[in-house]
Amino acid sequence: MGVEGIGARVTRKEDKRFVTGKGKYVDDVRVHGMTYAHFVRSPHAHAKVKGIDISEAMKKTGVVAVLTGKEIVEDKIGNLICGWMIHSKDGSPMKMGAWPAMAPETVRFVGQAVAVVIGETRNQARDGADAVIVDYEELPAAASIKAAIAPGAPQLHPEAPGNVVYDWAIGDEKATSDAFAKAAHKVSFELTNNRLVPNAMEPRAAIAEYDEAEEHFTLHTTSQNPHVARLVLSAFYGVAQEHKLRVIAPDVGGGFGSKIFIYPEEMVALWASKKVNRPVKWTSDRTEAFLTDAHGRDHVSKAEMAFDANHKMLGLRVKTHANFGAYMSLFSSSVPTYLYATLLSGQYNIPAIYAEVMGVYTNTTPVDAYRGAGRPEASYLLERLIETAARQFKIDPAELRRKNFITSFPHQTPVIMAYDTGDFNASLDAALKEIDYAGFPARKAKAKSEGKLRGIGLSCYIEACGIAPSKAVGSLGAGVGLWESAEVRVNPVGTIEILTGSHSHGQGHETTFAQVVADRLGISINQVSIVHGDTDKVQFGMGTYGSRSGAVGISAIVKAMEKMEAKAKKIAAHHLEASEQDIVIENGEFKVTGTDKAMALANVALSAYTAHNLPDGMEPGLKESAFYDPSNFTFPAGSYICEVEVDAGTGKTTFINFVAADDFGRLINPMIVEGQVHGGIAQGIGQALLEGAVYDDSGQLVTASYMDYAMPRADDLPSFKLQHTTTLCPGNPLGIKGCGEAGAIGSSAAVINAITDAIGNNKLEMPATPDRVWHAIQARA
Amino acid sequence: MSAIKLTVNGKSVSADAEDRTLLVHLLRDQLGLTGTHVGCDTSQCGACTVHIDGRAVKSCTVLVGQANGSKITTIEGLSRGDELHPMQAAFRDNHGLQCGYCTPGMIMSAVDMVHRHGGKLDEATVRQELEGNICRCTGYHNIVKSVLDAAGRMKVANAAE
Repeated sequence: MGVEGIGARVTRKEDKRFVTGKGKYVDDVRVHGMTYAHFVRSPHAHAKVKGIDISEAMKKTGVVAVLTGKEIVEDKIGNLICGWMIHSKDGSPMKMGAWPAMAPETVRFVGQAVAVVIGETRNQARDGADAVIVDYEELPAAASIKAAIAPGAPQLHPEAPGNVVYDWAIGDEKATSDAFAKAAHKVSFELTNNRLVPNAMEPRAAIAEYDEAEEHFTLHTTSQNPHVARLVLSAFYGVAQEHKLRVIAPDVGGGFGSKIFIYPEEMVALWASKKVNRPVKWTSDRTEAFLTDAHGRDHVSKAEMAFDANHKMLGLRVKTHANFGAYMSLFSSSVPTYLYATLLSGQYNIPAIYAEVMGVYTNTTPVDAYRGAGRPEASYLLERLIETAARQFKIDPAELRRKNFITSFPHQTPVIMAYDTGDFNASLDAALKEIDYAGFPARKAKAKSEGKLRGIGLSCYIEACGIAPSKAVGSLGAGVGLWESAEVRVNPVGTIEILTGSHSHGQGHETTFAQVVADRLGISINQVSIVHGDTDKVQFGMGTYGSRSGAVGISAIVKAMEKMEAKAKKIAAHHLEASEQDIVIENGEFKVTGTDKAMALANVALSAYTAHNLPDGMEPGLKESAFYDPSNFTFPAGSYICEVEVDAGTGKTTFINFVAADDFGRLINPMIVEGQVHGGIAQGIGQALLEGAVYDDSGQLVTASYMDYAMPRADDLPSFKLQHTTTLCPGNPLGIKGCGEAGAIGSSAAVINAITDAIGNNKLEMPATPDRVWHAIQARA
Repeated sequence: MSAIKLTVNGKSVSADAEDRTLLVHLLRDQLGLTGTHVGCDTSQCGACTVHIDGRAVKSCTVLVGQANGSKITTIEGLSRGDELHPMQAAFRDNHGLQCGYCTPGMIMSAVDMVHRHGGKLDEATVRQELEGNICRCTGYHNIVKSVLDAAGRMKVANAAE
């Protein structure tokens, strides 16, 4: 490892612009002649749109146009799509209700757009929107899973009788029943996985420009995957043709999944920019973000596990209802199925698993992938179930886990996944040591003597990342391949540009990707630039989500680098009159091994471009590209342990210690990896203690601002103690597993297991607010 | 419309603005100082924090008329040329930022915090003081480290002056 190579804690190249206020986010961009869009949104969760009167709005100063859902339908702009087909148990395809970008006839959630006002200024657009009069006929709403599946429930979509999107299953039902029939012990559990709002700090935004002469659109947008945005906007919505649409996602202020999807607003901005023949800018405010950014989680589950007399797991049966909200967002269908139920084996040897998932429409904001996407739900369910079992059996929860750990690899689970490698005992040992697990009983006793309730909770998670082998996901219903592309351009002076289809919105790719290149060539990261986020610069890419940028994006870069290096070696060998097999790359030079003959990278590059003296038949230039399609998912795993103290009088939880021991395979920049874990844990603790999107029975989101939705703040959280154990992923060139979501996947169960241990009552739902904890303490008494 | 006169990052500026204009929008839209961000609409997140007459204030809570005549420092005015302010350097060195969106507000709040506490800060105080600045990326772990580190650096810098 060089000082800037793989494994080095290099400070980030991108930080200078961010700490000086020079970042360039979408809302920072201004273009000549720009107008502003403000949407007219439904205040009702379910209603018929009887009519829209725009006459008063059109009289307002500065209003350029008012456009409605009727016009978007008349212009034959396509409905929003869900790109992953799931089939129900009976073989029928999922039931997808039509989702026009602005509702022409029926609104199905509070915040759904019915019209847009284009104004000369932000305020004038807003004033215009206030003057649009919409005549709604309110309909009864189903605002929860329970309400939506009740007999006689209001129906959302004619396409989906009973509000059921699909009724899907995975695993072997009979083998699982047989396991339960012969079980010596059974443990069962019901739980809710609370609905969360992603809340990237930068609200979504879009600037659409139409060039009439070229019939060409440019869209600046807050996207985690600008190429996917371009594909969907052109192929499915028909707003613009793919070669006539440039999508730019510049600096993006966090995503956490919510900026994967293609939303109505950027589609309307594009369409409107042609309609009014002016650039159109839209920037979400925070309440719009709460109402329209895809939410996460929202499951209600029943789970039961069968054990033999020696507490070895025999089978797991799960029945989950998943809330989809009012429409099926872009990847929503895959989240509670292939990203959730396939991880229900956890770190354990479970011979038989059967999971059923029913997807349900409700009159709420659409739900899709949020950090972890299905995997936190699986991990939370399993880790609470195991903790419950340990308490029921009165054995140490660490020992129950250890007894059932998978210890040989590869391991085929009963739910599709084939784990390639791991060492679950190693991460558990590291976490137990760091938190001084052996000393806990004494600490608990001391706390008790001081009138405090002390608890400790474990969570051993596994996740599937590096999403994903294209053939595999294609066979499971995905509408796209999930490879990644990269291009290496060595300039004539020896500086390097890496063009990547991954997108950085906080992950630090400009640094880590440059470290990989610097490491291979023995050069400084300052010689390397990372280019991303612009469909005119990068040929194609699938973007960043599912902890895929390291395992898939970097692997594509390595593949392109290998091609470039092979050509460069040929050039160097030609000049140095050596065999190309004898050329090694060190410190930015191509050397003939065992001699002092060498040629600097800059000279090799210059030679490639002058092309005065290249090997016979070689093309000039030094530029290579590659597409990398992973052979398998990657499987980051680890153990999280949380120690808390609960005030019995108030129900308030205080952190004593939080330890995370993760196995991410190879780390490129441990500083950045640790940052990812910190942020993930904060979101997991947020889910466990603070956050929850709450709808009232009429479908109003009552937590639609930071006044009502409890975001984790600095004084809600402890500092975290991190450990790393390592088994290299055998499936990609550098052995990377991915680190972006682990914190959010592993932490929630650890926190709740610690609190329920402290209070001696296992019945506790997230968020475990002081009020809920206090009531749980009283219920125990 | 009102004529507004301000000193922003040491320069006198004047602008005509609607009375309902918030300071943050004047800074961003009319003065082009886009380092100050808008992250909520309820003065909760602190991404818009600037210094008004030396005190950290959320610029989304201030109408331009209220700020008239004041001296304002934004994130763009914190460094001395190419030399980062110790707080900016500490955020970079301690990986106190990821997406960077909350960072300008965090830094402006943290500078004021160190000034008010005379450099005497501990973790609990920093966490409590940062209650008005929301970050979704870092879990605050490295932000707290950055502020404590900067408090030390600013003490040294002050002693040297």
